[in-house]
This record gives sequence, C-alpha cells and structure tokens, in this order.
Amino acid sequence: MDNFLSRYRNVSILVAILFAQVLGLAVQVRRSSDSESTRLIRVWAVGAVTPFEKTIVWAQSSSSNLWRNYFYLRGVRQENRDLKYEIQRLRLEQVRLSQDAAQARRLQAMLGFKEQFISKTLAAQVIGFDGSELSRAVYIDKGSNDGLKRDMAVITADGVVGKVLRVYSSTSLVLLIDDQTSGVGVFLEGSRLQGVLRGTPAGGVVLEKILGDEVVQPGEKVLTSGGDRIFPKGLSAGTVTAVSRGSDSFLNIRVRPAANLGKLEEVLVITQEEDKTPVLDLDAPVRAVDILAQRLPSVPDKPPAEAGQPTAPGAGDVPAPAADKPSLVQKPDATGGQLPSTQKPLSSRPATQAKPKAQPAPVAPPQ
Amino acid sequence: MPHLNSVPITYTSGDQVEVYRFSLPVTVLVPLAAIFLQAFLPLRLRFFGIFELPLLVTLFFAVARRSQVAGLLTGAVIGLVQDSLTHQPLGVYGIAKTVVGYGASSLGVRLDVENVGARFLLTLFFYVVHEIVYFLVARGLLGLSLAWSWPRELGSAFANAILAVPLFFLLDRFKQKT
Repeated sequence: MDNFLSRYRNVSILVAILFAQVLGLAVQVRRSSDSESTRLIRVWAVGAVTPFEKTIVWAQSSSSNLWRNYFYLRGVRQENRDLKYEIQRLRLEQVRLSQDAAQARRLQAMLGFKEQFISKTLAAQVIGFDGSELSRAVYIDKGSNDGLKRDMAVITADGVVGKVLRVYSSTSLVLLIDDQTSGVGVFLEGSRLQGVLRGTPAGGVVLEKILGDEVVQPGEKVLTSGGDRIFPKGLSAGTVTAVSRGSDSFLNIRVRPAANLGKLEEVLVITQEEDKTPVLDLDAPVRAVDILAQRLPSVPDKPPAEAGQPTAPGAGDVPAPAADKPSLVQKPDATGGQLPSTQKPLSSRPATQAKPKAQPAPVAPPQ
Repeated sequence: MPHLNSVPITYTSGDQVEVYRFSLPVTVLVPLAAIFLQAFLPLRLRFFGIFELPLLVTLFFAVARRSQVAGLLTGAVIGLVQDSLTHQPLGVYGIAKTVVGYGASSLGVRLDVENVGARFLLTLFFYVVHEIVYFLVARGLLGLSLAWSWPRELGSAFANAILAVPLFFLLDRFKQKT
C-alpha cells in the first residue's frame, strides 16, 4: 500500500483535492441559499480585491469630475438655455399632472388603497465585476456599514438593475437581472399579464410564464409587479423585443432591460419602503369638473333589485378593472362609510367620469 | 543539433529542464493582480471579458515550477479565490484550474515549453481543457444551463494564447533559478 501511494503520490494528491472540492460543491448545492453564511474565504478574497477597485474608481471619477466641471465647459451656455426651456415646459406639465395626482390620491384614500413608496435610497458606485463568465453580478462600494442588507432592490433612473446578494462590511455583491439565477416578478403594462423575468446563459433577458394563447406585442413595456417582495411595484424593467411560440405551452418573450446593464456606473439601492394610504386633504383645491359634477343632476341610484344585473349601455366604456388594480367603482364603506361632503360616490356618476385619466372639458369656474 | 531549435515543443529528459522558483511576494501578488484585473477591467473594457488572466497565471507557475503537486495546488488556490468573488458555490473554477495546473506541470516536466510556439500551443490547449472541465462541473454538478459553442471557445482560446506570449515573457523576469 505504501509502495502504491509513493508511486502514485502526485495522482493521489490530485484525486484527493478534486474529491474534496466536489464534496464541497455538493454540500453547498444541497444547502439552501437562505441558510448560506458568507464563508471566510469569500470575505478574504473580497477584502483583498475590492479596496484596489474602490481606489481606482475613486481616482477615475475624481479626475473626470475635475475635467468636466472645471475645464471642459464647451456648450454649457447652450445647454443652460435648453434646460431653462425644459424647466418651463415641465412646469406646465406639472400643473396638469398635479391635478390628476390629487384626484388619484382622493380616490385611493376613498378605497383604502395602500401604495408602496420608496422612502429611502442610497447611491452607490459600481466598482467591479465578479469575474465569472457564468454569472452576471457586480460589486458596489456600499456595504453593511452603510445599512445595506441582503435582498434590497438596486435600480437606476432607467429601471431595475438587480438585488443585493451578499453584503460585506464596505462592499456588496449585486446580482443583475440578466443572471440566469435571478427572477423578477413583472407584468406587461398594456395587457397586465403577469410573468417572471429571468436571465439567460447568453446574458439576455426573457419573460417566462406567459401562456401561449395570450397576445403580446413587441414594444410593450414590462414593469415590476411587486410580487417578489423585493422590487416595488411599477418600476420599469424593460421592453419586449421579440415574441415567439415556445416548445411548451408558454411564449418565448425576449426583453431588453430598461437599465443599461453593460454600462453601470452609479446605482441606487432602495434601503427603505413603506406602505401608506394617501391622506385625504379636504383643503386641497377642488377641480372645476368635480364641482360641476356635484351640481349637475346625477343619475339616480338603482333600486336594490337591479343591483346584480348587467350595467346600462354606456357603462361598458369603462375597462374591466385588472386584478392588481383597485376598481374605481367601490362601496363607500371602504373609508368607514363616510365620504367627504365635497365628494360624490363614483357609482352615481356617469361611467366616463369614473376614469382617472379622463381629461375634463374646459369649464368656467363656478361663481 | 540546430534543427531541433526550430521545433516548438521538444522532448527533454527530466535532468535537462530547468526548474524555477518564485519569491513569496510574487507568488501571492501576481495571482491576486490577475484576479483583480479580471474583476475590474471587463467593467470598463467589455472585450477584456474574453481573457482569462487567472488561468494564464496558473499555467505560467505550473510550467515554470515543473512540479505536479505545486501545479495542482497553485491551480486550486487561484481557482478557489476566483470562485470567492462570484456568487456561485466554491469549487467550480477550483476544480477546473486544479486539473489545468496538474496537466500543465506534467507537460512541463517532460517537454521544453519555454519558447513562443510552445507557449502559444500550451495556452491554446489548456484553455479548451479548462473550459470543458468548467462546463462539465457547472452543468453536471450545479445543474446550470450552459450553451457550448466551439467557435466562441476557439476564438477565446486564440485570444488568450496570443496574450499569453507577452505576458509569460513579462513574468519570466520574476523567475529565480533553483
């Protein structure tokens, strides 16, 4: 036996080391990801590599800021003029949107509708890549010292980027949405169909779990559904680029991510979300159309016997409320049975007025 | 025998080949620098993702030391550190680089792989071996769906082999004769 081992010493060591690694892999695969603790070798490796990355990224961004902010100012005057014009245009749009938003808040308050708000974000800089061809993950320069935790959503102004997978003291590993192990709960903006966004081995993104008999058009926006409890609802995830029939009963839908995952520099980590119900502001200015609707003779309430019957012609203009969208025609007791005096139950209004996006006809303010 | 000098890979006996060693800072810092560059550069230069610097460093140390045990241990350590930066289980790169380190050092014991042609072919061959082992481990043990593409792998192998030639000459400066 000793003779055999000494003769095949090198091969024996090779087999032993390979066996140990295969065994280690099997143990890691068997454990669920939730129970996985960060191993010391990972902490050491990240601690050895990321300080250099942080230093280089800091030096690079400092020098480029110096150049852009103090030396390269060509075209700034023209850009300033353009931005002033843009501000004026946006102010006008803001007036219109604030009226719509106020009305939406009133409706949501009446329905007891709870909405998720992003209340706190933390800006972070991407400092490195995980160096593997198999996975898509990046390192950011913020970690547990900055309040980051596992499974926090990471976004940019364009859309979702990924989620925090591992947190170290001053850095974190972010799993991108185009990694094949990632999954994001999403829905299609137009058709409201729900699915799961996944990465592919080639680095693309596909939308799964949409049945083959559904109609999905290229160009349709994909938004987060909030169903994964990581990304808040309504964030832009991407755009459908191609749709084809799959071999199974589902569609093959390719999606172009909203955020440019190949050129990430700065990201936002959502560190706090809150569910809140919009507060009904009775002192808020009331729209002319609402006052007019109060003064106009309203449609009388239906007798109780007809309540279960189909709605009258014309009411069919209102689209059927989606499962994840509260119906605009609600019982008034959603707010405790009382509606403010300035409001009217929506069920008594003509159906076309119940649309939240309906634009009011020009009406002179009441005297 | 001048005609033998033109042959890229020549057979030599164990006594003819030179065995080199490296100082401790070089042994630690060169693989770390390779892993750092592998993690940092593809973020700024997308095309750099085609290179596999930790593999090239593994090959260089394995061939220069001409010891199978040293070669496989170098490969295992570099591979495991590389795994540590990813979100995959530890061992995928570790297994692939252990095999490559052992194979390259075994070849280094028997063949003279100091010239340009030999280094080019050595890198070309072991890059493909590395990718095959990596593919088998990721697919067989982790159950990940990977697509194998010969044109892509051969293209990457050529790119790495071309980079290996100047890189190995650069690293030759750190060699110390035993």
